Amino acid sequence: MKNRKLLFALFALVAMLVLAACGGDDEAATTEAPAASTEAPPASTEAPPATTEAPAAPTTDVTVGLVFDIGGRGDQSFNDSAYAGLERAGTELGVKFTEASPNDDGSNRAELLQLAADSNPMVIAVGFLFEGDAAKTAAANAGSNFGVVDSAMLDFTKDPPAPYGDNVSGLVFAEHQGSFLVGAAAALKSTTGSIGFIGGVKGVGGLIEKFEAGYIAGAKAVNPDIKVVSEYITEAPDFDGFNAPDRAKDIALAMYEGGADIVYHAAGGSGAGLFEAAKTHSEASGTKVWGIGVDSDQYNTVDPAVKDYVLTSMLKRVDVAVFEIIKAKVDGTIAAGPTTYDLSVDGVGYATSGGFVDDIAPQLEEFKAKIISGEIEVPTDPAAA
Amino acid sequence: MNVALGRRIMWATAAPLAALLFAVAMSSIVLVISGSDPLAAYGDMIAHARKLETMIDILNRATPLYIAGVAVAIAFRMNLFNIGVEGQYLLAALVAAHVGGLISLPAALHVAVILLVAMSVGAAYSGLAGVLKVTRGINEVISTIMLNAIAISGLGAWLVREWQASGSIEPGSATRVGTTPIDESGLIGDLNGVLEVFTRDIKQGKSLTGVLVLALLVGVGYHVLVNRTRFGFDLRASGINPFAARAGGVPPKRMIVTAMVLSGAVAGLVGVAEVMNVGFFPSNPIRGLGFIGIAVALLGRNNPLGIGVAALIFAFLDVSSGVLQFTGAASREIVVIMQGVIILAAVVAYEVTRRAREREEARSAAAALAGSPA
Repeated sequence: MKNRKLLFALFALVAMLVLAACGGDDEAATTEAPAASTEAPPASTEAPPATTEAPAAPTTDVTVGLVFDIGGRGDQSFNDSAYAGLERAGTELGVKFTEASPNDDGSNRAELLQLAADSNPMVIAVGFLFEGDAAKTAAANAGSNFGVVDSAMLDFTKDPPAPYGDNVSGLVFAEHQGSFLVGAAAALKSTTGSIGFIGGVKGVGGLIEKFEAGYIAGAKAVNPDIKVVSEYITEAPDFDGFNAPDRAKDIALAMYEGGADIVYHAAGGSGAGLFEAAKTHSEASGTKVWGIGVDSDQYNTVDPAVKDYVLTSMLKRVDVAVFEIIKAKVDGTIAAGPTTYDLSVDGVGYATSGGFVDDIAPQLEEFKAKIISGEIEVPTDPAAA
Repeated sequence: MNVALGRRIMWATAAPLAALLFAVAMSSIVLVISGSDPLAAYGDMIAHARKLETMIDILNRATPLYIAGVAVAIAFRMNLFNIGVEGQYLLAALVAAHVGGLISLPAALHVAVILLVAMSVGAAYSGLAGVLKVTRGINEVISTIMLNAIAISGLGAWLVREWQASGSIEPGSATRVGTTPIDESGLIGDLNGVLEVFTRDIKQGKSLTGVLVLALLVGVGYHVLVNRTRFGFDLRASGINPFAARAGGVPPKRMIVTAMVLSGAVAGLVGVAEVMNVGFFPSNPIRGLGFIGIAVALLGRNNPLGIGVAALIFAFLDVSSGVLQFTGAASREIVVIMQGVIILAAVVAYEVTRRAREREEARSAAAALAGSPA
């Protein structure tokens, strides 16, 4: 009796560890590959100086310590986009950088920020989950600047809200504006008059709801009668929704079967499941359905087998933001508090890779111009969309 | 007498030591294969761990792990497998933080109420699995796994939404969602003052959690309960042989429910460490402590001291993952590999030493018999 129990306990434990290891494996594999290229860029930068505008090799004392969100590099989305900005800063500004990812339970965020600050004057944290820890660490490390992606880094307990400290900057995006454009693209491309939205986690201070609101508004701007079905994978405090491709796939399949022919996701790593679902449904039913990616240009980052199902992606240019904040640090113009990256500075946008939206690009550009000029005001609350 | 004690200690430590050595050997092989220098990696880990601030990180991490390990161990002693510590501590911390944020009381009382609520919620939620087992015969492994899902994705999300709708949770900043912050009176202070007496000024704004004291109390309580009370004897007896215990007059059903309730009550304290640290229950709490607690209890052999050592080892490895990445000595996955290998090695080593010990006991018994006048 006892032994059997223990055996079961062991089995469960081993299963858990193996699963954890499998999850890690993917990361390890994808991390390993670019790791090689981390070493490479400085070399390749020296090599073709002809192609870069600045003939003199850029030099600066600024070094950057970047801490990824859970999942780390290789998520084909948010973290990878941040890394692209970091690499560009390495190439164009000559900054050296180190990077790290938190434990799977995110328990060591503060430790990583401290380690980054120990040796770097510029620390970048990728993701709003760092807000509290970054504010605390920044207070104890006045010698370093901290930039947090996706958080305004404003202390809302103060009136009016003020930055947490002189050395804390927030990098935020007008995701609703970008989502408006892909919503419009979806409505222009839909043949069934029904489209879908999959959110990762509901109730995170309205963060993902902003995507939904913009998407619905964009779709309705094209076709007021369009039907938009929305579903969230999980609700806070359950954050699994950002990393549950299997559940995203189930939801997407149900949406496609319900008549939607284009589904947009704002669900981080779960998005892979959406594109798989698009492929599965298209092949089973014979009519092509689409998925829309988020954060980075997912046509280029998804599994090549499903890339032809990526209609477009809502680009959230984390790379632009990361590059700009490093540049500001190098130039000595870095400022505390939030900086919003919106359509006017190409902080958000839509992807054209694959050429699936080339035919409707004029309409999308028209919407874009109207948003920038203020003629269209994009809502951030789905209820108002 | 001393020889016998020495022998006991040797047997008790041989297995974990062997497991540790095996894990280090395996990890070295993995490191070499992945192109890293094991010595450099271990050197970085140790150099980092020798800093006072890192030691604080390790203790802060070990504190909830220890409590979780004890919670699992209590059930293990009764031959029950409480996988539900995960759900129990998250739900308990959520409710306790919410209650703590709503009330305002003198310091000691405020803290006591929060702890009491946390323990009650954990106990009730775990007790549910115990009741299901004795009344309906539902295996506690199945029921606690399901109760985990209900606690994390169901009840937790629902409660937060209800509280938000009723206005008792303020949204805080746009991205920092959680229960209403608890007044200063409800928070257990840090131990920096005590620590600085013995060491130096603590830098980097780190603070040693006061919940560490609570964890030590839990450990002492667990030791006394299991080894020094009638109830503890009944618990161990039922765990070793439920039929014999029953024949000896130990009511099995009551023991099952009590063990689950106690396990859950301790589990309820796991999340208190984080609540006391941030001052409220955040929307992204540290998850998975309940599962690591199972590993910690296994490695520590359900022994109050052993669990402490196991929690410290796991905490040390977790904390090392950061420095390995920044020095570039190894990837952080090596830490997970080491934790996994240690557990597997420990279980194998325990079994091997158990058999070796039984053989030796049989031999010495035979020798004693042969030596006695026939």
